[in-house]
Parts: sequence; C-alpha cells; structure tokens
Amino acid sequence: MSGLATNLRVVRALGLRSIRQTFRRPQLMAPILVFPTLLLAIQTGGAGSAVDLPGFPPVQSFLQFMLAGAMMQALMLAGNSGGIALAVDLEMGFVDRLFAAPIARYTIVLGRLAGTAALGLLSALWFFAIGIAFGAEIEGGIAGAAIAVLLVTATAMAVGGIGSAIALRTGTASVVQGLFPLVLVVLFLSSAFFPVDLMIEPARTIAEYNPFSFIAEGVREPIVAGIDARDTAEALLAIAAIVALGMGLSARALRHRLRVG
Amino acid sequence: MEAATLPIPTWRANLATIGALMARARNEILRVPGAAIPGVLAPTIFFLGLNGVFGALTELRGFEVGSYESFLVPVSMLQGAGFTGAAAGVNLARDIEQGWLDRLLVSPAPRWVLLAGTVLAASTRALIPATFVLAIALPLGAGWPGIDGLLVTYLMVAAMAAVAACWGSMLALRFKSQSAAPLMQSGMMALVLFTTAYAPLALLQPWLADVAEVNPVTEVVEAARQGFVGGVTWAGTWPGLVALVALLAVLGSLALREMRRTNV
Repeated sequence: MSGLATNLRVVRALGLRSIRQTFRRPQLMAPILVFPTLLLAIQTGGAGSAVDLPGFPPVQSFLQFMLAGAMMQALMLAGNSGGIALAVDLEMGFVDRLFAAPIARYTIVLGRLAGTAALGLLSALWFFAIGIAFGAEIEGGIAGAAIAVLLVTATAMAVGGIGSAIALRTGTASVVQGLFPLVLVVLFLSSAFFPVDLMIEPARTIAEYNPFSFIAEGVREPIVAGIDARDTAEALLAIAAIVALGMGLSARALRHRLRVG
Repeated sequence: MEAATLPIPTWRANLATIGALMARARNEILRVPGAAIPGVLAPTIFFLGLNGVFGALTELRGFEVGSYESFLVPVSMLQGAGFTGAAAGVNLARDIEQGWLDRLLVSPAPRWVLLAGTVLAASTRALIPATFVLAIALPLGAGWPGIDGLLVTYLMVAAMAAVAACWGSMLALRFKSQSAAPLMQSGMMALVLFTTAYAPLALLQPWLADVAEVNPVTEVVEAARQGFVGGVTWAGTWPGLVALVALLAVLGSLALREMRRTNV
C-alpha cells in the first residue's frame, strides 16, 4: 500500500476515534452549543432594537444578522475543545504511542481535527435550525446555507489547528482551556456580533483588519443578502491564512516535542 | 491542680468552622492566583467587548442613559459574582471527587455550617472581580456612583455571589462531578443576562421584556445600577434586596437539602 493511502487510513481511524470521543461525552459538547445559544437569545432579545440604528445594514431581523455570530462563537469553542482533547491525549500518553508508530506525524493532528470539523458542522446545522425555527430567512437559499456551513466547518478545523499547536507545545489541557477568554476577545474585536461601522473605537479599527471579520461576513452574507462571490473569496482567504498559521505552529510544536520528548 | 476545660459554645465552634472554610478559600487565591484569573477576566472581557460592540445602542430613542459604560458596568460586576459563585460550586465538586468533603461530613460540624463556609467565601471572593471591572470601567467613562451607590452595588454583588454559590453547590452535591460546571455557569449567566442587562425594558424585544419582568434578578440589576445612572433611592433598592433574600431562601434551602442527603 502506498504511503499516502496508509496515512489516509490513519487519519480516518483517528478521525473516527475523535468523532466518537466527542459525541460520547455530551458534557464536552454542551458548552459549544449551550453558551452560544444562550448568548444568541440574550443578544437578540436585548440588543434587537439595534436594527433601527442609522447605518445598520438592511436585514430581516437582528436574529438573522446574529446567526453568523453565534456560529462563529460555536466554531471557536469547537476549535478550543479540539485542542483540549489533543492535550488530554498527550497527558494520558496516547500521543506518545502514536509517535512510536510507523505513521506520519501530521496524521495525528489531522485525525484530531476531524472531530473538530464534525463539531463545527453540527454547530452550523444547529444554528440554522434555531434560526429557521424562530423565523429567520436564509436569503441565499439552500446553496447559500451550504456555503455558510462549509465555511463554518472549515474555520472550525482551522481554529482547531491553532488549538492543536498550543496543545502540542504545552501538553497541558488546562493551558488550552485557559484560552477560552481569548476566544471571546477575538470575536468581540470582529464583526461577528455587530456591523463594523457601528462599533466604537478602538474595537472598530481592530475589527476592520481581524481575519475573523472576513469569515463572519462570508458566513453572514448568504444568510442576510444572498451569495456574494467577493465575500466568500475573502472568507476563504482568511481561512487559508489561519490554516497556514495553524499548520506552521503545529509543525514547529511537533518538532519541539519530538526533540525534547 | 488542673483547671477544668470548659466546652466551647456551639455557636462559637460553628463560627470558627465557617471562618476556617473561608480561610481555606482565601488561601486558594493566595497560593494559586492563576485560578482566579478566569473569574476576573471573563466579566472584564464581556464589559470591554459588549461596550465596544453595543455602545451605539445609547443612540436609540428611549435609551435615556448617555454612557453605555455606566449602564453596563453593574451588569459585568454581577456577572463576575455569578462566575465566582459558580466556581465555588465547581470547587465543591472537586472536593467531592477528591474525598475532601467526606472528611468534613464525618466531622461534628453541622451541614449548614459547611454550606455557609462555601457560600460566604464566594461572597467575599466576588468583590475581587467586581473591583477589577470597576477599576477598568471608571477611567473608560463609567460614572462615579457615589459612596452610597457603590455600597449598594457591592452589597448586591456579594449577595448575588451567595445565590450563585448556593446554585453551584446544589448542582455539585447532586451530580458529584466537575463536569456539571457548564450547567452551573450557564444557569447563572442566564439569570443575570435575561434581564435589562443590555438595554432598558422598553427597548428589549417583547419576549425578553416578558422574561425580564418575571426574572427577580432584574430588580437586582436595577438596584445595582441606580448609582451609576442616577441617584440611589430606597424605592430603587428594596426590590433588589427582597429578590436576593427570596433567591437565597429558595436556592439555599435546596442546597442544604442536597447537603443533608449527602452520605459518606
């Protein structure tokens, strides 16, 4: 069997393990869906009048606008939990056994990211279901929804790559868990929850350049207006940048771990 | 001739036990300061983030407070109290998992004393994130609430942390696992934020306005906020106090019931 085929089999096996592990422990999934759902309800109900502000983009409702924000929050938490799961594997010695096996190192990270992608996919579907149940219209139709789901899933994997790099570098679940507040910082400093033009400085300027703003807009546009090739392309570019960062950091962390043991 | 040893009065022994449990919680902060960081960081990030994101809401007709910082800071302080109280529940769950609570249960200390130690420690500890958020908010533009406003806010924060600690302890004693932590935290988050946290009642969506009207914590939020957005009055304070007493009575009783049901 060729090397690539073997590696694909390893990724598949580790990915299935990761997915099973994720869905076997609902307490790990709960924060990923419960917290963003709670915040979606609170922000939609509490700040729903914001759509009347001058300069707010035309949307059917604030819920429709906020769906992308809730998905972004869930995918960030999914990425963080993927990092935690890898750190737990490191703490328990499972990754050491994989290091000793005749497999490519990158398959260890890619296998773990499969579980993160599954969580990202689940969260996108969950928030679409909630949005539709509470009357939000998806202007881009099924194709638009599919684009949004794909972007959310890909971003969850990309963020998971950074979580994995930190897990590989530190080897401690509590450190990765401690990054949770950073997730919120990154999102608050993006257009995930509000239009950039209506944000207050310095959040506004930071949000203009935050790659997660491009992803949030890429996910939001098919929901509130319809498919826009430019927004989708910008979101894909931002995801590619995060993937490259995650891969680079993971490769470095792996080399460091193998060197120091 | 040896002097006869007088028995320590029960009330003094109980107070000493509560004091010892509070000292243990305080030692945890001193020995592991990093453990307090999430409880301090989370409400601060929420304050800064929400202010940056939703600050323009003050431009809406009907939003009579000019500064969103002033409107939001008491909510973030109460949120910090909620997180701190929930963390007390997580710590109790850890004590259960590690067998520490078993040792306390076989001691002669009454169950209510063990619960009071946890709850009062959380009340005191909640003043740390509250002070941190306030110290960040004041230079950013939050109005000075005056001494009376500050005292009322801190009273609300301490009592809210006690409510959250009762909730967290009840769940910890029921599930006996730290994995109940999300339930402890999300319950408190919902209680504090399904109120007039983001906007005045008139500007909330109708469904949230209905929820906020029946949520007792709305009165707590309004009482804690009054010094920041106007003047402190008894009429603005007593509903918050009544709400907190009622919440403490209900959740405290439930937590105590779980504590009494817990066997070694």
